Amino acid sequence: MTLDLSLLPDGGAGWLDASGDNADIVLSTRIRLARNVEGFAFTTRARDGERLRVLSQVRDAVREVPALASSVMVRVDELPANDRQLLHERHLVSKELAGLDSANPIRSGAAVFLADGLGVMVNEEDHLRLQALRSGFELDEAWSAISRLEKDLGDRVPFAYHHEFGFLTACPKNTGTGMRASVLIHLPGLVLTKEIGKALAGLQVVGVTYRGLYGEGSEVVGNFFQISNQTTLGRSEEELLEHLAGVVKRLIQKEHEARQHLLRTAGYIIEDKLWRAYGTLRYARSLTFDEAMNYLSGVRLAVGLKLIAGLSVYTLNKLLIFSQAAHLSYADGRTLSESEANLARARYVRTALADERDASA
Amino acid sequence: MVCDGCKERDAVVHLTQIVESAVTQLHLCEKCAAERGVETTVATPKHPLGDFLQAVQQQMTSVKSDAGQCTFCSSTLKDFRASGRLGCAYCYKAFESSLRELLRRVHGSSRHAGRRYDAPKAQVVEEVTIIGELRDRLRRAVESEQFELAADLRDRIKVLE
Repeated sequence: MTLDLSLLPDGGAGWLDASGDNADIVLSTRIRLARNVEGFAFTTRARDGERLRVLSQVRDAVREVPALASSVMVRVDELPANDRQLLHERHLVSKELAGLDSANPIRSGAAVFLADGLGVMVNEEDHLRLQALRSGFELDEAWSAISRLEKDLGDRVPFAYHHEFGFLTACPKNTGTGMRASVLIHLPGLVLTKEIGKALAGLQVVGVTYRGLYGEGSEVVGNFFQISNQTTLGRSEEELLEHLAGVVKRLIQKEHEARQHLLRTAGYIIEDKLWRAYGTLRYARSLTFDEAMNYLSGVRLAVGLKLIAGLSVYTLNKLLIFSQAAHLSYADGRTLSESEANLARARYVRTALADERDASA
Repeated sequence: MVCDGCKERDAVVHLTQIVESAVTQLHLCEKCAAERGVETTVATPKHPLGDFLQAVQQQMTSVKSDAGQCTFCSSTLKDFRASGRLGCAYCYKAFESSLRELLRRVHGSSRHAGRRYDAPKAQVVEEVTIIGELRDRLRRAVESEQFELAADLRDRIKVLE
């Protein structure tokens, strides 16, 4: 282990603090902007030396950008796989930058600058992926932070830009604004009432797309969905954000309605299921990741319905992130096998829930 | 992951069931899922790049006005069709017509309506970097006997100098 997470601004976990709007339903809001540096081939086509030059040019500029003045640079390409996984689990770098994707092994020059709620990935699919990460449903705040960062950086590093097509990206899916805004939302009510299929199908029609917990190509686990804008060209950033915000507000509304419906029509059955989920987490001795995610989804719903008191959303957020394999290994100071991780996960969840109960008692 | 039903095909549908008190995970291939009447639309987000690549394949039959190869990174349309990724910013000029069509299809428009941008005035250092880059490419083009490309590169270096 070479990475010390305590050295990162806010430990790279400020977005978990449940301080944002609708934090019980919306885990986080992220906006990322894809940019490329003029004069170099895009990352996948570039040679090692070019990628390193991109990195050094960006590093020089970062020093002069106020929002990044206290940022920490992590050379992702110099980290062992476990540490790269750790950064990915904490939502600080993408799977591609971390080199965890079998199609895209770790490439030289892969790095990330991390500041409070802000990050700049270098040599991802595009030279630069700027991102703002916020707790809860906070599109406006994330946008104001990321647009200021983009302006300051763009004044110092020349971005590839075309008068008609806008910002140029390696994949034409991102061309134009280069913006992908996504909201990570927990929809167990819609899943349990089987309304989710309809709700998701409706998204596609209005130019909004959904993915699993870890973005493109990832599975939906624990009833978490990442809702984001599908297109990036032809509309301004503000228009795209406003549209997405409207869609997410409607989803939150529908989720509330589904929860009320569940309570009305199947009150005790739901209550019993959710308490059983809590009981399992509180006493199980071995938990796989998927199991933990599903039970945590149940407990999160129970807290939202006020069936379980004295358990904070912040604790639930931490449990989601800290019970992942690389985090458990990190806490233990060594790489755990799958069965060891299952034991460590159960122990971690058990202790965290017991502590919280005691604290609230 | 292998399908829990037939134990043969790859599982593409991942089902979380809550029956009575038990939460179970079921991983099924498309066929077994259909047999059990599972709606596949919910459990499997469509691979977003799948649709996109298909659009690329259909759309990107090279348009005559476009260059065969990008002069900066030597990518071809064929490279793009295979990977779905362009080689560099100059590819947007080399394959402009084809890309305009593709962008219209993917986004419903090819005209950027977002924030406008003026790159910081290119400093001397910047230009040298680009010229250095082009010289490097010129040398490799000559080595690999791509003379047409080499001539292009030489012209571009002249303009910059």
